[in-house]
Amino acid sequence: MKTTEEIFTILKNNFGDAILELVTSQPVEHFIKVNPIEINKICQFLRENEELLFDSLMNLSGVDDANGKKSADADGTQIISGGTLSVFYHLESTKLHHKITLKVSTEREKPEVASVESTWRHADWHEREAYDLLGIIFLNHPDLRRILMPYDWEAGYPLRKDYKNPEFYLGMKVPY
Amino acid sequence: MSSLLDKQFNDENIVITKVDDLLNWARLSSLWQVSFGLACCAIEMMATSASHYDFDRFGVIPRPSPRQSDVIIISGTVTLKMATRIKRLYEQMPDPKYVISMGSCSNCGGPYWEHGYHVLKGVDRVIPVDVYVPGCPPRPEALLEGLLKLQEKIRNESLVKKS
Repeated sequence: MKTTEEIFTILKNNFGDAILELVTSQPVEHFIKVNPIEINKICQFLRENEELLFDSLMNLSGVDDANGKKSADADGTQIISGGTLSVFYHLESTKLHHKITLKVSTEREKPEVASVESTWRHADWHEREAYDLLGIIFLNHPDLRRILMPYDWEAGYPLRKDYKNPEFYLGMKVPY
Repeated sequence: MSSLLDKQFNDENIVITKVDDLLNWARLSSLWQVSFGLACCAIEMMATSASHYDFDRFGVIPRPSPRQSDVIIISGTVTLKMATRIKRLYEQMPDPKYVISMGSCSNCGGPYWEHGYHVLKGVDRVIPVDVYVPGCPPRPEALLEGLLKLQEKIRNESLVKKS
């Protein structure tokens, strides 16, 4: 059983610059920020290393950090440019009974994160959800299409902070 | 001396009624519902079908084909994705067909009315509704009341259009 600090040291020794920082200042569990393009290799290592054995991806969720430049267009709708979108990974080892949280941040204009589907099969649908609702592109995902919204939804990604709902969808009025 | 007509009136096996009344009575006494549910209201709908509330005593049984159903109970949140499917189910049903909108979501969007980017704000935007049952979710008694209201509506229908 290892703490986040111990795991951070192991990762730092193996991946160097791809491990960005250990965040302990937030009033939540400590988490490790890593490089979004290297996340698949890091996760494969976390799963296979005999001291770590993270066999379970408990959750994978996307976040809109909304930390870009905010402006408003003619009808008062908020537009965010720049800043980041993030993905959190909550891992658990059911054999060694320890947990860890990873975070990757990627540019809002080109949100690309490496897929961990090849490490944990159930990341497939979690990543499709993050793609569907926030528009995060998971590189090398085998089947990256919308999972909850209709396949022909063209109004964007609903959980982005500057999302604007359309007036109509297939002739049906959407607003109340 | 009794005539033939008197004899018929006295015979227990003959009932005289209007065609309208006969058809309406037949229709309202065996409303087969499309076997389909959407959300938590569907749980209440299933409870209504079960032995304690016994929907079947009103002639309501779930029919797993819209082509042989008389009524569709919209029991739950209608998402935009589901709305297109509901419209298709409704169009597959033979006339005369009836719609019961069950619960706040299906009536007007319910708790999703403002921020529900994926929810249709009332099923009456895609299909015509006969009876609205309020509640979140409505208790089985409320759904039974809704069915009785629908039966009342059918009882007053006529084959001849009123001018």
